[in-house]
Amino acid sequence: MKVLVPVKRVLDYNVKVRVKSDQTGVDLANVKMAMNPFDEIAVEEAVRLKEKGTVTEIVAVSIGVAQCEAILRTALAMGADRGLLIETDQDLEPLAVAKVLKAVVAQENPDIVLMGKQAIDGDNNATGQMLSALLDWPQATFASKVEIAGSEALVTREVDGGLQTLGVQLPAVITTDLRLNEPRYASLPNIMKAKKKPLDTRALADYGVDAAARLTVVKVTEPAKRSAGIKVDSADALIANLKTAGVL
Amino acid sequence: MAVLVIADHDGAHLRDTTLKVITAAQKLSGDIDVLVYGEASAVAAQAAAAAGVRKVLTAESAELKADIAEAVSALIVSLAGGYDAIALPATASGKNVAPRIAAALDVSIISDVIDVVAGDTFVHPIYAGNALETVKTADAKKVLTVRPTAFAPVAATGGSAAVEAVAVPAVTLKTRFVSDEKVVSDRPELGAAKVVVSGGRALGSADEFKAVLEPLADKLGAAVGASRAAVDAGYAPNDYQVGQTGKVVAPELYIAVGISGAIQHLAGMKDSKVIVAINKDPEAPIFQVADFGLVEDYKTAVPALLKALG
Ligand SMILES: Cc1cc2nc3c(=O)[nH]c(=O)nc-3n(C[C@H](O)[C@H](O)[C@H](O)COP(=O)(O)OP(=O)(O)OC[C@H]3O[C@@H](n4cnc5c(N)ncnc54)[C@H](O)[C@@H]3O)c2cc1C
Ligand SMILES: Nc1ncnc2c1ncn2[C@@H]1O[C@H](COP(=O)(O)O)[C@@H](O)[C@H]1O
Repeated sequence: MKVLVPVKRVLDYNVKVRVKSDQTGVDLANVKMAMNPFDEIAVEEAVRLKEKGTVTEIVAVSIGVAQCEAILRTALAMGADRGLLIETDQDLEPLAVAKVLKAVVAQENPDIVLMGKQAIDGDNNATGQMLSALLDWPQATFASKVEIAGSEALVTREVDGGLQTLGVQLPAVITTDLRLNEPRYASLPNIMKAKKKPLDTRALADYGVDAAARLTVVKVTEPAKRSAGIKVDSADALIANLKTAGVL
Repeated sequence: MAVLVIADHDGAHLRDTTLKVITAAQKLSGDIDVLVYGEASAVAAQAAAAAGVRKVLTAESAELKADIAEAVSALIVSLAGGYDAIALPATASGKNVAPRIAAALDVSIISDVIDVVAGDTFVHPIYAGNALETVKTADAKKVLTVRPTAFAPVAATGGSAAVEAVAVPAVTLKTRFVSDEKVVSDRPELGAAKVVVSGGRALGSADEFKAVLEPLADKLGAAVGASRAAVDAGYAPNDYQVGQTGKVVAPELYIAVGISGAIQHLAGMKDSKVIVAINKDPEAPIFQVADFGLVEDYKTAVPALLKALG
């Protein structure tokens, strides 16, 4: 069984976000970038399935600038077998990413596309669902547990009000939620080994996909700041303040 | 221009969320139809009574009731021809299906809309709400998820829309429903509650989480929420998680107990009217957004609060 894991290079989740003063976007110059945390969870799950013997090959794919190679190497160090970098300087919308991934699926023929539920930059939470629709494959989003049983994946999903378990026939698209696993850190020997694993680079143009932007960014602004509050020194003082504020 | 709003409901009650999505839709058009799918009969009447609704469409099947994305999106795509925009609530259910609909229609998705600037221009948060992006779409048909906390609800009564059942398209599903494990609670829902009491990693165990937060929530008629750390550790169910990748809430009063205030958590609660933080670390970032901060061990602070509330 083969798994394709799309991984996105994003601003590290610990980095403070600064909006550019010209309102054209977020300042990404000289800041730490990393693999999207949900994609780390996806890589980890694929590696665990491989360790269990269910999966035989894991291909990690990233679409973006040349520096995406670094996160592909991370995926390889975690246990992916091959990397594929589809290079472009264009910032792609989820629909375009899904179209490119559809073309990759046609080439690679994976049984599962295992990906993050959400990239923490755009917070779109869309690409997996879009890919599933384009492929006409079943989808199981927000997974907190994945079990492969023959030609079906049993996926427990984090939904409104609790959990839901679905059985999806493979091939399928599965997106990860936070509780699926805790990703491993790549060990030094594995980081060294990852340098020798195969990593192909292609140009976005090679895929002949219409990746044109549908959205124009009019502006990017900072949200209104909350004004600083006060410290109170007792529960009684707190309640008095809440009564004055009219919320009790 | 007509808009199709997808109702949020539990089979018996129309959620407030729906009324808020209608408000957002009204900024696009006066012609608003509401689709109630799943167990629709009781809910359709409530949707028909909502202010500003032109027509209520209902669709029922076992797959729709189980909220299987492939079935739901096939239904909505079959109706899409009559609408210029389709608006879903930015709930787990809405987010699960909206991008599928958009891809099937070959249009972009606009996620988590918090403001409608014009018929083609929308504001939505990115980077955990640390930036607000205004985007203009070139797509003729718009598919949006709407963040309910950003819009006031339309009146729940006063409307008298006609209710009409629509045909459910036949789809060969490759997905089957296996089981549900829903958290049952008598408390108000997290997304709709006027008061939310949330607990973090400090609570240390599921028993302590319950023992400390439930009496406080009972006294305040509050919903209970949690940080990711508390959910990951199993102190609270997944559905309680407030934040960037959990639920977004904006109650009148949000009380954070033993929560540090990571940006991912703040993303889900910083639009609350009044924020209270109880944390023994005076440097905890939660105090930067709290209107009232109590620097104290929750073990003494929460009982004192209960006592003072009488
Ligand atoms: C991709 C991603 C998505 C995420 N999404 C979310 C999300 O949606 N929601 C979310 O909440 N987090 C999210 N996080 C996690 C977030 O970064 C933080 O790790 C998390 O919010 C921390 O939870 P916490 O405040 O309970 O724990 P901690 O940060 O450990 O804070 C515990 C606090 O309790 C205080 N404390 C300890 N003992 C006591 C005591 N006896 N009395 C009073 N105070 C005490 C401490 O001073 C500390 O401030 C996400 C992270 C990532 C990477
Ligand atoms: N440029 C990209 N390259 C590879 N994978 C991506 C890219 N953009 C999005 N993805 C995948 O799609 C998921 C959801 O992203 P989004 O819909 O943007 O929130 C991510 O977690 C990734 O797995």
